[in-house]
Order: sequence, then C-alpha cells, then structure tokens
Amino acid sequence: MGGEPLMKQVFNDIPQEEYMLSGHTACPGCSAALSIRHATKALGKETVFVITACCFSIISGQLPLRTFELNVFHCPFPSAASTGSGLKRGLAAMGDTTTQVVVLAGDGGTFDIGLQGLSAAAERNEDIIFICYDNEAYMNTGMQRSSATPFGSKSATSPAPKVKENPKKDIMKIIEAHAIPYAATATVAYPKDLLAKFQKAKTIKGFRFFHILCPCPPGWGVESDQTVELSRLAVETGVFPLYEVENGEVTLNVTPQTLRPVADYLGSQRRFSTLSAEDISKIQATIDRSWQALLNRSNTAEIQEG
Amino acid sequence: MEQKIITGNQAVAHAVRLSKTQVVSAYPITPQTTVMETLAEMWAAGEYTGEYVNVESEYTALSYCIGAAYAGARAFTASSAHGLAYMHELIHWAAGARLPLVMTNANRAMGAPWCIESDQLDSLSQRDTGWIQFYCANVQEILDTVILAFRLAEEVHTPVMVCYDGFYLSHTYEAVNIPSPEVISQFLPNPRTQALFDLQTPTNHHGLVGSEAMSQLMQVRFKAMARVFDRYNLLNTQYAGITRRSYPAVEYSGPENAKTLFVTAGGMAQTIKSFFSSTEREEALVRIKMFRPFPMEDIRRYLAQSHVERIILVDRNVCMGVGGIFAQEVRAALAGLSGLPEMVELNLAGGLDLTPELLSKALLAVQEGEKMIWAVNLL
Repeated sequence: MGGEPLMKQVFNDIPQEEYMLSGHTACPGCSAALSIRHATKALGKETVFVITACCFSIISGQLPLRTFELNVFHCPFPSAASTGSGLKRGLAAMGDTTTQVVVLAGDGGTFDIGLQGLSAAAERNEDIIFICYDNEAYMNTGMQRSSATPFGSKSATSPAPKVKENPKKDIMKIIEAHAIPYAATATVAYPKDLLAKFQKAKTIKGFRFFHILCPCPPGWGVESDQTVELSRLAVETGVFPLYEVENGEVTLNVTPQTLRPVADYLGSQRRFSTLSAEDISKIQATIDRSWQALLNRSNTAEIQEG
Repeated sequence: MEQKIITGNQAVAHAVRLSKTQVVSAYPITPQTTVMETLAEMWAAGEYTGEYVNVESEYTALSYCIGAAYAGARAFTASSAHGLAYMHELIHWAAGARLPLVMTNANRAMGAPWCIESDQLDSLSQRDTGWIQFYCANVQEILDTVILAFRLAEEVHTPVMVCYDGFYLSHTYEAVNIPSPEVISQFLPNPRTQALFDLQTPTNHHGLVGSEAMSQLMQVRFKAMARVFDRYNLLNTQYAGITRRSYPAVEYSGPENAKTLFVTAGGMAQTIKSFFSSTEREEALVRIKMFRPFPMEDIRRYLAQSHVERIILVDRNVCMGVGGIFAQEVRAALAGLSGLPEMVELNLAGGLDLTPELLSKALLAVQEGEKMIWAVNLL
C-alpha cells in the first residue's frame, strides 16, 4: 500500500499557519469559524478584519481576550462595507496600499441591514474583500428570519405553521449586477477550492465578494458533526453551486454529472421538518431551473476533492 | 493670508483643505451641500489633495470616516438635519472609539413636516453622544473653528461637531481672512503618515466588553471631556497668537453692569449685537460657543451676578415639554444658586429669523411679564 494516509493527502496543501486561536466561543461544529479559519490561511498576516455585528462579534473574543492573530476592528451593524472601505482608503491616504482589508458579515449584515452600504461599496469598486458567511438567519440573536432564510424554513420569528413563504434572496445576482472584478461562492466541504479562491482574490484589485454557505448546527437543527457533510450536500444537490464570476464571466467549479435530489439535503434539518412533499417538489423545480440557468452561462472546470 | 468674500459652507471647505485632511466622504443635503461641492472643486483643481469619496448616504459618510480614522487618517464629513439623525448610532460609535473626527453641521429643522430652515434641534438632539459641540456666530469663525477642532479632537481623542446656522451662515457671504497653509502648519501638526495599528501586534479593537470595563471606559471619556475646557482655552490662545482672532467658550459683550442679559448661541448673537449698537441699549450679550462640554463655570460667572436682574434666553430650537435647549442647560448650570435673576425665554423654533423689529417686540412682551415668548406670535 504505502503512500500518505488519505486525510494527509487531502490537507497537505493547506497552509499550516493559524490566524485563529483555538478555544474561541463558536458553537461546536460551527462551519463559519471553520470557513474563516481557512480563509485566513490564504489571506495571511497582512490582513485587517472589519467585523460587523454577527456571530463573530462573539467568536472574536470578549476583551481582553482575542481569537484572531490579526487586527480586528468592530463596527455597527449596517456599516461593514463602508467602515472597511474607509479603513482601506485611510491606509491608502497614508501610503499603505498593500494591507488587505477584509470585511466579515453574516447574512443579516449582507442581505438585509448592510445591503445599501455593500451595494455602494461595490459600485465604487472599493479595494476590499467582503466575506458574507451565510448561515441563513440571524443566528447570533437566536435564529430569527432574514432574507437569506430559505423557503419553508422555520425560525424563531417564522415558527410553524408560519414558516418562511418567500424564497431566499439571490445575493450573488445582486452583486454580479455591480460588475465587480471578482465574486465567488465557497463552502468548507471544498477547502482547497475555498483556499484557491482567496489566494486568487488577494491578487485582484477592487471589490471582491465571497458568499460562503455556513451550516449552523443549533440554527438548522443538525448535529455538530454534520456541517461539512451538509455543506457538501448543498453543492451536490445544486442548492449552493460553487462558482466564480470574474468580470462577468462565470466559471462553475464543481459540476456534478447529475444533481442529487434536494430531499437528501433538506431531510436531516429540523428547520425544514414541516415541509410537505409538495413543498419539496416546488423547491426541487426551483433548483433545477436555476442550475440549468447557471450551466447555460458558465464555463465548467471540475474540481475533484477527497 | 488672503481676504475673500465667501459663504459659511465655502469657509468650511477652505478649513478642511488647510487642515490637510486625508479623507473626505461626501453626501449632499440642504443646506450643507455646497461644503461638499466646494471641496469637490478644490479636489478637481488639485488644491485639496486628500481622498474625496462620493458615498450613498450620510450613514456611510460617517462610517467611512470612522474606518479612515481607524487607520489613523485625518477625516472629515458634513451634514444637516435628517442626515445627522441618520448617522446617529455612528455618532455614538465615533465618540466611544475615541476617534478624532471633525464634522460640520449646517443647522436645519427636523421633519415632519419638511422644513429646511435653521432650527438647531438636529445637532442638539446629538447632545448626549459624547462629541464636543461648537456653535459659530459668523463665517470667519466657522473657518477658524474647523481648524481649531482638528487640533482639539486629536489632542483629547474626542470627535468635534462644528455647528452653524443653515442659510443665515451657510449661504451668507462675508469677508473672510483665509490663513496661508504656512500659518496653519504652525498650529496644526501634519496628519499621520503611518497606520495607527501594527500588523505585528494584533488587537481586537472595540469588541465586546462587560459592564465593568464599559463603565471604566465611560469614566475615562468623562474625564477627557472635562479636560476640554482648559485644552480649548490654551489652543484658542495659541491660535489667537497666530491669527489675532479669539473665540472664548462663552463670549460676553456689552456693558459690565448690564441689568439685562441676552443669552444665545450661533448667528443670532450677531443680530443681537448689532441691535445693541444701533439702539444704544444697556443690555449685554452672553454667547455660548461651546455646548459640549457645557461651560458651567463661565455661565455662572457671567449670569449669577448681583447686578443682573433679568436673563432673556434666546433659543432657535425647542425641547417639547421643557423649553429652549440652551435655556434648559443654562437653568441647570445655575441650579442651587440663591438670588437668581428672573429668566424669560424667547423662542424661535422652526428657524425664524431674529430681526431687530422682532427683538423690540420681544422686549415689550418681556415688560408685560411673559415668561415663554413664542417669536412666531410676534410676527
């Protein structure tokens, strides 16, 4: 047999440097913490985070503690993109053009309360990286519905039978409409893909946007060891395709031969426990349409990951 | 130095240029708009050499400055009325984060209904945010105060709001001495050229704290605010040494033994002064330039004097259920003292113009014993 163990083969390309200290206060199995940990490995030391009100207000540590081995500046909820842009512009005014300013916001701070400032920063093509880690509800305050919450999901403010009636907002389409140089989706189930995208984004000037789907064990009603599996299922079912948009050109990064049925993804999540068979058919039809639309306008480059 | 005939808004733009501001975030709102238009012209002409960013809202205008100040850059924005209200949580945030920002506010009424006249409720509603607040009385003072504000903000790590009457000062042309950059560089240090933070020393800035740490931080800010009086007086003296123009926190003008004192803030002081000189009256004027921190000792020194029989508190704003806001502050400063003079309020809420005719009528109403005189009823 010989050779390296499988896990080592998978992960030996991932940088060993750590910019998130262990012992932080994320929930067990938090895929947002795992995503950002990997993102920082690609971003490196010359990075400053601007963090708006979100789970990372807590995860980044209550003073005097800190989680990040990077400078972090906190800011009010709607101001993520604008504070980050101002910070970058302030550095530029003092002659520093190399420090990366990375904004971290949840789906609330991106899809909802932060959308105006985000849109404006994208329109001005501010030289920052904006990361939306999307756990599909206001999870830090206890799972209230956001415009990223999917159709049919229960939440603390859309309890059964008043589950969410409207589909999730398509933030990537909104971002694409701003004609920025780079936008990408990612999940922790494909860590090399996630790292490669951040490494690419670092080399691009202008507004760069990341949409990372982050399964949330307490919010979605799943076990803490299920988040990577769910992230993968989201890609394999077409719920959350992995793709990049570079100056308007779409590249699909993972292209399954056939999509797995969406029921495989929905079934294990307690937030979807009240979905009827008819609801699931409706969701499947929506995914089939959007997947085909994405295929029609994209180049494909299949990535095989273990 | 050159002398130019300019408006209050143009005076702000000149001061921002002279202060070597590094980041300006711009968003229009009447009557502030021409501040940003003038700065844009200076930017296009290469006279203002910092960053000039057109943003999509006042909310972003201030959060942009907060970001720039996080980096350590000298940053500026301007607003009025609803724009200032829209910034509200960020106004708190900037003070809590001890950022040395300067923002000007051309005072304007708060709707509903829509009204663009020069009521001061917009900036007075920001009283408790922890910013230093100044109210200017003429166009020259606006220019000088913005420059003073940058130095003061950076020395006490507290943001400064420079307020002036919308239209009455924002759009009125006056002859203004514009100092040369060389003169200003004697007073205001050059802005930073290196970031405030160090990539090698990661820090979690302005993150979560508990009540004990929060209370300690608030006490530190409270003490810093108390230092503003002395610091401002010192800077004002130094600035006067260079420009021969001085702006005390509270300005007294008129005869020393005046029995009646007018107390006001902003451009109305100019009208009252000219009213005195044209009618050879025996009243005196106390003008409050510094509103936060509130100069209680100066107020007591000028107002609680045995020869003062009556104080007429002139406000262009009103706190519903209480009265004029400057009046309220003056009453609080005098609380507990014995033998206080009679206090009368003249209220011009809504941005009414204080004319010599109105002042004459108001004095008659005072003679008739009215305590709360609504200027609108005298028109």
